[in-house]
Amino acid sequence: MAGVRALALPESIDELQQQLARQHYVADRALSVSAYLALKLKRPLFLEGEAGVGKTEVAKALAAALGTELIRLQCYEGLDINHAVYEWNYPRQLLEIRLLEAAHAIDRQAAARQLFTEEFLIKRPLLRALERTGGQPPLLLIDEIDRADEEFEGYLLELLSDFQITIPELGTIKAVEPPVVVITSNRTREVHDALKRRCLYCWIDYPDFDKEYQIVTAKVPQASEQLARQVTAFVQELRTEDLYKAAGVSETLDWTAALVTMNADALDPATVDETLGILLKHQEDIQAVRGERVQTLLGRALMRQPGTPRETRP
Amino acid sequence: MTGDAFLRNLLLFGRLLRQNGLNVHPGRMLDAVGALESIGVGSRRDVRAALRALFVHRYDDLAVFEAAFDLFWRPSGGEPGGVPLWSLGERPTVVARPVRGTPVSLEHEQRSTGSDQAPAALPDMGVSAYSAHDVLRTKDFSEFSPDEIARAHRLMSGAAWRLGARRTRRWEPARRGAPDLRRVLRRNLKHAGELLDVPARRRRTKPRPIVVLCDVSGSMEGYSRMLLHFVFGIAHARRSVEAFLFATRLTRVTRYVSARGVDDAVARMGRAVVDWGGGTRIGESLRTFNTKWTRRVMRHGPVVLIISDGWDRGDPALVAREMARVRRSCHRLIWLNPLLGSSTYEPLTRGMRTALRVIDDFMPVHNIVSLDRLADHLRALPDRRGGGRSEPWTSKVRTRSTLRPHASGSS
Repeated sequence: MAGVRALALPESIDELQQQLARQHYVADRALSVSAYLALKLKRPLFLEGEAGVGKTEVAKALAAALGTELIRLQCYEGLDINHAVYEWNYPRQLLEIRLLEAAHAIDRQAAARQLFTEEFLIKRPLLRALERTGGQPPLLLIDEIDRADEEFEGYLLELLSDFQITIPELGTIKAVEPPVVVITSNRTREVHDALKRRCLYCWIDYPDFDKEYQIVTAKVPQASEQLARQVTAFVQELRTEDLYKAAGVSETLDWTAALVTMNADALDPATVDETLGILLKHQEDIQAVRGERVQTLLGRALMRQPGTPRETRP
Repeated sequence: MTGDAFLRNLLLFGRLLRQNGLNVHPGRMLDAVGALESIGVGSRRDVRAALRALFVHRYDDLAVFEAAFDLFWRPSGGEPGGVPLWSLGERPTVVARPVRGTPVSLEHEQRSTGSDQAPAALPDMGVSAYSAHDVLRTKDFSEFSPDEIARAHRLMSGAAWRLGARRTRRWEPARRGAPDLRRVLRRNLKHAGELLDVPARRRRTKPRPIVVLCDVSGSMEGYSRMLLHFVFGIAHARRSVEAFLFATRLTRVTRYVSARGVDDAVARMGRAVVDWGGGTRIGESLRTFNTKWTRRVMRHGPVVLIISDGWDRGDPALVAREMARVRRSCHRLIWLNPLLGSSTYEPLTRGMRTALRVIDDFMPVHNIVSLDRLADHLRALPDRRGGGRSEPWTSKVRTRSTLRPHASGSS
């Protein structure tokens, strides 16, 4: 098992920030420091923030920057060990019993040994992240942990403290080199402190104008400078409105891409009205903004001089 | 500055954070030392980011951290590790959970419990206890004396607040249901692969969560004290309860209802609500609830209890819109109105009339009997959303005779 190489970690915070920038991810200083320390101290990085601020993107960019595989576990209510860690392939096991039987080769003791081998094991993300025998340790992304049940958090806590998994039929599997762990949460509920205490915490907010403009130009390079500037300014204005769900960065990017497809070079009220559904996902929000409000917001957005700071939603 | 002085200051900073409610444990202090060794202490911005990542575990603590950092690590030209202000006796501005405002209408209650009056009253009840209970059970909350509140609380503490269960996505072994393949295989190995015994599994169930929104505006004055006892009772009988109080604005009081004693909890809620006894703005309060809290507290199909007399000065259209939204994101929406206990009450206020169109149940909450009825009703809630709505209120609001299907006890 000597095949696992330790990851080549960035030398400094600045280097990490540049590596992320090369992956088209615009990381602010606080995030870079947290990520750098998480790598250095070998602790999970816990990212919290509203939906659509780019938490999952951090993990993707980090994996690419480190040049390692990303293993993603998407959490949902009812997620259990069978879907997070491992499961036996029952249909194949049953079939195997029949085959042994047909060959008159069945022997109770031997059958148990033969049936519970790695061949019949379905490996789920957590197991795959630990059992690496060659190459580099992967980056394990545990996405939207707030969707999973509290019971699962308890299990995860245990896993993250010693990076080993016990399968009764097979024995204990321990990671040679622990994976880099990134956990995200939309804060639909408070994740238990015991888990967060093991991690480095980073709150990711909606980006300010300059950062969001950089993100837009990095991710949708086809957009003209004028369009990118106007789109960013409009979304920034939109976030100051009192809405059920503010537009996230992913919505900004989708919207920009859509406008580029429509060959729009600048924003006008009619275009914004038509495409508002890409930015806002609640019918009430769309109704509240469409028409007059869009004109006001657009007016304010177009008035923004390049480089003037403006308050974003707190 | 020597490393020693810096380490001492780091420890003091950790203690300051702990005093302000942050969960900074010794292991974390070691992490912090390691972190600062690897990034250096040259950049104030980086040190701040590093300590923030290590010491803060939740969004609510961010503001406290920032204030504490500014207070402690002042970027002065002099000695950076100087004696912090708070150690000189100056109270830091960031002391957690400052006590604001005065608890309205709670003073005499606290006094009565403070002087052991309630326990002393117990032996006197003697043989007449039953009838005393009986009177108490049907007496309107607004006519309760502080002493009666204490007794009523004891009566209520026995109430079982059970709701229909919701089905989760987890499995548990069962006698009947879908075959549990893992156990099927394990158990039948000994039969050489012949499936003689087929263990089953089914979806596990969990109790449904409750969200309580209670009106504490001026018009509810007579009831709010008793209703807080009721909210406390529910919260302590069940694990997943979210509680909010509102008058002109909405305040989340979930963490106060988890206090040990009811008096402590009620007093803390009283302090947390700045607009206690003020006017009512149901629409705005519900809007705050919908925009700020729904995504966090309306998970897993909760039952929502709104407790209010419906006196609203705001825009009825807003109430209607926000009520409809609450209705769409919960399993069942129940409006509890203390005035419904009175025989002459008609839901004529605009706020109430608009609300009636969307709610599932409209029930009185003015005495202990009505609470018992509520408990019965909650136990029997149908699994289906909106199933068995108690009354088509929309069409009958104007007809007097059909107004009080649940009203009882006070007659």
